[in-house]
Amino acid sequence: MELMRTKLMAACAVLAISTTAAAAGTTVKIGSTNAYSGPASAYGQIGQTSAACFNWANDNKILGEDTIEFIPLDDGYSPPKTVEQTRKLVERDEVVLTFQQLGTPTNSAIHKYMNAKKVPHLFLATGASKWGDPENFPWTMGWQPPYPTEGEIYGKYLIANKPDAKVAILYQNDDYGKDYLNGFKKGLGDKADEMIVAETPYEVADPTVDSAIISFKSSGADTFFNIATPKFAAQAIRKADEIGWKPLHFLNSVSNSVGAVLKPAGLEASQDIISSGYLMDPTDPEWQDHPEFKDWLAFMDKYYPDGDKTSSFTVLGWASCQTMLDVLKRAEGDYSRDNIMEKAASIHELRVPLLLPGILIDTSPTDYYPIEAEQLMRFTGEGWERFGDIISAESE
Amino acid sequence: MELFLQQVVSGISTGAIYACMALAVVMIYQAIHHLNFAQGEMAMFSTYIAWQLMAWGLPWGLALPLAVILSFFGGFAIERIVFKPIQNAPVLSHIVIFIALFSIFNSLAGFIWDFTIKSVASPFGEGPFMGSTLLGKHQAGMIAVTLVMLAMLWAFFQFTRVGLAMRAAAANPESARLVGIRVETMTALGWGMASAIGAVAGILIAPVVFLEPNMMLSILLYGFAGAVLGGLTNPLGAVVGGFLVGIIENLAGTYLGDVGAELKLSIALALIIVVLVMKPEGLFGRKIVQRV
Amino acid sequence: MTDIAHTDHRNPGLTAPAYRPADAPRRRLLSGGNIVTLLVLALLISIPIYSKGFFVFQMTQMLVYAIAVLGLNLLTGINGQFSLGHSAFYAIGAYTCAILVELGGVNYMLTIPIAGIVAFGFGFLFAFPALRLEGLYLALATFALAVATPQLLKLHAIEQWTGGVQGIVMFQDTFDVPVPFGLDMDPGVWTFYLTLFVFAVVYVLAMALVKSRTGRAMMAIRDNPIAARSMGISLPYYKATAFGVSALVTGIAGALNAIVIKFVAPDSFTFFFAILILVGMVIGGVGWLQGCLIGGLAMLYLPNIAEIFDNVVLWFAGLFGFADLLPSGNALQQQFIRLSGVIYGVILVLFIYVAPSGAGGLIRAIVSRVKRLTS
Repeated sequence: MELMRTKLMAACAVLAISTTAAAAGTTVKIGSTNAYSGPASAYGQIGQTSAACFNWANDNKILGEDTIEFIPLDDGYSPPKTVEQTRKLVERDEVVLTFQQLGTPTNSAIHKYMNAKKVPHLFLATGASKWGDPENFPWTMGWQPPYPTEGEIYGKYLIANKPDAKVAILYQNDDYGKDYLNGFKKGLGDKADEMIVAETPYEVADPTVDSAIISFKSSGADTFFNIATPKFAAQAIRKADEIGWKPLHFLNSVSNSVGAVLKPAGLEASQDIISSGYLMDPTDPEWQDHPEFKDWLAFMDKYYPDGDKTSSFTVLGWASCQTMLDVLKRAEGDYSRDNIMEKAASIHELRVPLLLPGILIDTSPTDYYPIEAEQLMRFTGEGWERFGDIISAESE
Repeated sequence: MELFLQQVVSGISTGAIYACMALAVVMIYQAIHHLNFAQGEMAMFSTYIAWQLMAWGLPWGLALPLAVILSFFGGFAIERIVFKPIQNAPVLSHIVIFIALFSIFNSLAGFIWDFTIKSVASPFGEGPFMGSTLLGKHQAGMIAVTLVMLAMLWAFFQFTRVGLAMRAAAANPESARLVGIRVETMTALGWGMASAIGAVAGILIAPVVFLEPNMMLSILLYGFAGAVLGGLTNPLGAVVGGFLVGIIENLAGTYLGDVGAELKLSIALALIIVVLVMKPEGLFGRKIVQRV
Repeated sequence: MTDIAHTDHRNPGLTAPAYRPADAPRRRLLSGGNIVTLLVLALLISIPIYSKGFFVFQMTQMLVYAIAVLGLNLLTGINGQFSLGHSAFYAIGAYTCAILVELGGVNYMLTIPIAGIVAFGFGFLFAFPALRLEGLYLALATFALAVATPQLLKLHAIEQWTGGVQGIVMFQDTFDVPVPFGLDMDPGVWTFYLTLFVFAVVYVLAMALVKSRTGRAMMAIRDNPIAARSMGISLPYYKATAFGVSALVTGIAGALNAIVIKFVAPDSFTFFFAILILVGMVIGGVGWLQGCLIGGLAMLYLPNIAEIFDNVVLWFAGLFGFADLLPSGNALQQQFIRLSGVIYGVILVLFIYVAPSGAGGLIRAIVSRVKRLTS
């Protein structure tokens, strides 16, 4: 990264010579960590999109004369490396804030550090509920809908539509899995104990989740909440189909990618699965003529031609980068950490491109969950079909 | 009781995965008296080759044998290129090379094919086996292939000249050299065969767990557990050990509640340690005599 | 060492043939070795004077890793036992420190020796089953231990102490290590000197141990267990002690790690870390305790190898004028980062070719060649 910076500086120097009287704007240094190497490196596309987006913002003078210098570092999804890289960003590069750092275990490792150093730790690429705790962690803010909110939506849907369901739950044995589980139980309310007939944790190191699915079937459950990451979610979908278990199937949004999960699991086996979303699905024909979608396509073609235009990661990167840009714009040249945090905690009904129509971003000093609305969708044919209203759980 | 039977059968079908891998582990142990920590990653890479060949339109009847043959030569080449120059280096250097190979194959697979899961079609077809809801056609096929491989290996080591020479070269290189066996070629041959068996294991496992660069990470450990349980010197023992590990793991996951589910892998690992300590030669292995 | 060393019967142990016992003759006060030691010490002490925050933090990390490498080297290099599971003892040290500080309110400096003692206990106990295992069997058993460690730490039943998956955050209030004695010092710099002090103490004691009766017995077991036994050396006693002492040193490193990072969680102690310690030791030189600093540096920089490699390539490109041929921007670096595992692996292989017995062997080879040229 050091070299990237020197190259950038060299580029600036050339620029300074050619345009002698360029009013020198301020440079806002933004750091980030993401998994550019290792097993989670598919997520690296989010960071790549953001890097391209900040280039776009500089070229289009979104911040006027001020420019953004984005420093993305690789942590390979390993918490100790996240600590090292984040400290490098804060202490050596002296970034004003970090943006969109990836992952729950990785961000957990620096959660306290960022707050002790009072560095804005913004719009994380993870949905754990702990990122919205302004009382104890006033410098950390998530972005996407928190996992418990999504779990709660499924729970409430079940109470309204199938109150006598017998539910089996498969969940990953960590923060992420437990967040979903708790939200879901909250959604079921008093009836949770009665309705849940089986809940089985799995470990990331397990080769398969087949045996859990087999015991779910024999437990007589007719509803299944699948809280698993892509590989295990796909295994569960396929195994259920294979043994002829056909429950009402809720799939957490972490694994609702058609290309990365449902296709490998088998489209036939995936029919009628229910999930939820908050972003426009780039493969959905409905959006192809939407102006925001066209803007995004033009941006992708010019600034990130290698990026995958069918992946939700590039959509997410663009939408969350736009949120960041809005905060910086409203900072009006005062890029102090206090001011940026204040602006991030006072977003009022902001429309960000590529969110589903009707979803707005709202934060306040007591509400650190920017997006809290989602819409249910059902897998039909080869794609998701949204149904029902946008369900908002904006905290009271 | 029904749940018990179900979990035993389901344990056998996961156990087939471990048995396959355990067989590959024993194979390399027979050939070089080493445990290859990179073996899982090599098998994964072979599976990607098979997948790629099929993605290019080859039928599986052609793609799978081709991938296995390529893996054989790949394993042979690795021994020649990477290990031959350091054959007199301390054992720890070999372990570091295993780690290096592990890292290279894992990263290279991710670089070429990325880290998202890929589905690999089963050569035995989908659906239940003979109407049973517990055992799929693929699992049944996998068990059959494992047993056939086992029989072939046994015959190879028991009856063929090369097989006998290989055993001699591994067991006592000096004496083997004296009777005219080309020990180095035998070692490379052993690598090639282990790599080919690993490829078969990978190709059989991938339809169950989905293909991705980390698919073998924990399976290799279960394979070790199976091999150690059955005995590192005994291919039949390793296969039985693999099945046993699958059954034990499933029963623990079912009857020990959440703790069992949380500790599935740890139980397999504890098994490794207990067996190594109580009966290092495994349930079916020969006792290893200490040479002075 | 029955079946693992069939490649070389003249040297059935683990160490390179060039190994010379630590207590070779020629003991003078101002020997070359002593001068180098003093120079390195002076260099380390002066780090906070000429560099700032982040580098000091990195060097603190490096010292912590060096202690861990030293710990493993006592087991493998001196006593000839394998371990692919030292991340477990590192984790035990780290969790002991974190739990005592956060739940027990114990002074963090006191927890360092306590963590060592606790790790010693675990190491000593683990040694008993391990005693019956040799070579690769022991490697496998310890590897199993390393893989199980994160899962055991996550266990629901002990969550109230370990914090489960979330782990434990230390020094909640200020997130700074309290600087004692009313010293007016930056907490980061203080942590560095504390780590350096512990490192120096551990290093001196380890060297003394190697030269002691116990150390000689351990080395005798490494070089020829059967001869050692026939000389009346108790194998179980010394092997278990070596395991315990090695775990103790590694546990101390773990406790320091907790103090430096101020956060412990299961995902920080995976078997990849155990492998990293092993790689650090092999690079430093098995059986050459002085190599631990080189091992620590390797552990610090190897995980960032892709970025370093990118810088080196660009530097050469600039030097030889082929920079225009390379892709522009950070595209090249992105590719290198995606290939970081390959680069890491290839560098390891090349290193083993060039220096099969680590930096220690390399340095000895160079020194002896220089001596031959000059005399």
